Amino acid sequence: MTMLRFLSTRLLGMLIVLVVVATVTYAVFYLLPTNPAQLACGRPCTPDNLARAEAFMGTDLPWWRQLWEFLSGIVTGRSFGHGDAAVLCAAPCFGYSFQQNASVTDLIVSRFPVSASIAIGAAILWLVAGVAGGVVSALKRGTWIDRTVMTVAIAGVSAPSYLVGLLAILIFGFTLGWLPTGGYVPFTEDPVQWFVHLVLPWCTLAFISAAIYARLTRGQMIEQMGEDYIRTARAKGLTEGRVVTRHGLRNAIIPVVTIFGLDLGALLGGTVITEKVFSMQGLGALLIDAVHQLDLQLVVGFTLFAAFLIVVANFVVDLLYVFVDPRVKAAA
Amino acid sequence: MTAANTVEGEPVVAPRRGFRFVLRHLRRDPWASAGAVVIAVFVLAAVFAPLLTGITGQDPYTYHLNLLDDSGAPKGWGGGISARHWFGVEPLNGRDLFSIVVYGARISLLVGISATVISVLIGVLVGVTTGFFGGWYDRVVSRVVDVMFGFPVLVFLIALTAIVPSGVPRPVFMILVIGFFGWPSISRVIRGQAMSLRERSFVTASTAMGAGSWRVAFTQVLPNVTATIIVYTTIMVPSMIGFEAALSFLGVGVPPPTPSWGRTIGEAIGWVQTDPTYLVFPGAALFLITLAFNVLGDGLRDALDPKGARR
Repeated sequence: MTMLRFLSTRLLGMLIVLVVVATVTYAVFYLLPTNPAQLACGRPCTPDNLARAEAFMGTDLPWWRQLWEFLSGIVTGRSFGHGDAAVLCAAPCFGYSFQQNASVTDLIVSRFPVSASIAIGAAILWLVAGVAGGVVSALKRGTWIDRTVMTVAIAGVSAPSYLVGLLAILIFGFTLGWLPTGGYVPFTEDPVQWFVHLVLPWCTLAFISAAIYARLTRGQMIEQMGEDYIRTARAKGLTEGRVVTRHGLRNAIIPVVTIFGLDLGALLGGTVITEKVFSMQGLGALLIDAVHQLDLQLVVGFTLFAAFLIVVANFVVDLLYVFVDPRVKAAA
Repeated sequence: MTAANTVEGEPVVAPRRGFRFVLRHLRRDPWASAGAVVIAVFVLAAVFAPLLTGITGQDPYTYHLNLLDDSGAPKGWGGGISARHWFGVEPLNGRDLFSIVVYGARISLLVGISATVISVLIGVLVGVTTGFFGGWYDRVVSRVVDVMFGFPVLVFLIALTAIVPSGVPRPVFMILVIGFFGWPSISRVIRGQAMSLRERSFVTASTAMGAGSWRVAFTQVLPNVTATIIVYTTIMVPSMIGFEAALSFLGVGVPPPTPSWGRTIGEAIGWVQTDPTYLVFPGAALFLITLAFNVLGDGLRDALDPKGARR
């Protein structure tokens, strides 16, 4: 019962945040002097054409009606214009790109597999590599292993991902010829090529975060391994491996989960950069193109989609806490 | 720590916070000192960029098409490195790469430091007031901070560049938006400190003597968080520099012909195989300045947090 209440308060909180984020984003983009209808109207833009464009897009409505249409469109879908010329935007409708004649949702869905492939693989890689590096560093504190891991880590924190990526392309792609230098192959087409093309993007994107996680895990691990309960566990006669994983790491991992939740937002930004480095046509390329073509509907829809994705992902991380940290369950 | 405080036979126990302690600690930390030196070199290079590029009589705008071969790649070894062009020249138009890297430091440091100042100002104001006053104001702001923490900032920054009014210079716009999104982290730290300071006796004393709450917040609480502010400022600069470089790399940042490391690295993508030095020099500059700020920040943090030191 308490668990149910915990879930419902979190869910309600998430909904409020979503509405607020949507309102703020919408306000920022649509209350500024740039008129999307003006941009879409073309040249020469007669007042007549402009009025028609505004009526079609719905930008002639008062701002609160526009916002309402937008928000309800996400839930129920909406249509633009009337009669034969009407354009249907099915739910969940994050807007309609009049330049590409496609709903923002469709555009995002078509590009999603590319970015998701990069992001998920990289996230798994950096979690594993970062936590493992941090644990080893903490256990071998002060040795050359520790120093090596920490030196690589601070270099990793300071190196922009595109720099790492370009150097990786230069070394492993052009000089050694081991891996392709860019492009994306869908998983359904050729799983092996999909994997081979993603190795460099994964490593590139994971490198920096792995470094941050290694530093964090190391600090946490050193702190936890000095606690009394570790001595108790050893005194009970548990094997060292069990002490480290079940007692030390179990507690050290909690702040790592927190940071992971926050990093999901940065992950999407990271894929934007990685996609450009490895010339992959994912969500990032979609956004950059939209910005260059001043496709405001697509830009707004994309931003909101990104924000929604992050809020939902954070909700999932919140739930993860319940499993990782028993204290949260007790508090709930 | 106690051993450190008796150095030079001084029986006086030095305060563990405060500028003098930090400086002394830093001088014993070779990495942090090296970081400070590198930062100083970059700042000097940025300030005296015209003098520095004047040595070889170059500037970042003049084309040298005679130094390129038919494919547009620079002639000669290492991207056209010579006595006149220390870092070689740019492919396609032959501009002096050394000048571009030196002048690039200007925009990088300008945006990085200005944006940090904005973030720190907002963050400290919000942090001190939320921590000191608490109540519903604190609860509302904390929720906002929660949301901003997980926000896809880079995506939002890219999106915002689509609507920037053309009358606003791009660097100013970048400083404002990057600065605006950076305040939550420092505000949270300052808030925590302000909350604990609020309970201290000198704050109570000040209130008891009749000082208004704003006065107490800014004359009693604020001076006690300056050390934290300095550390966080140092740690924040490299990430701000990174945002500028990332936006320019993606082609939505500083517009040409203003030299920017990020944009040059972005343009170098197509030349990685034929002219790697085009990538290496601006890349190394960006990496070095970021690394320098990070190790200095680490050193400062160790100096101010004895518990975390010597890990």
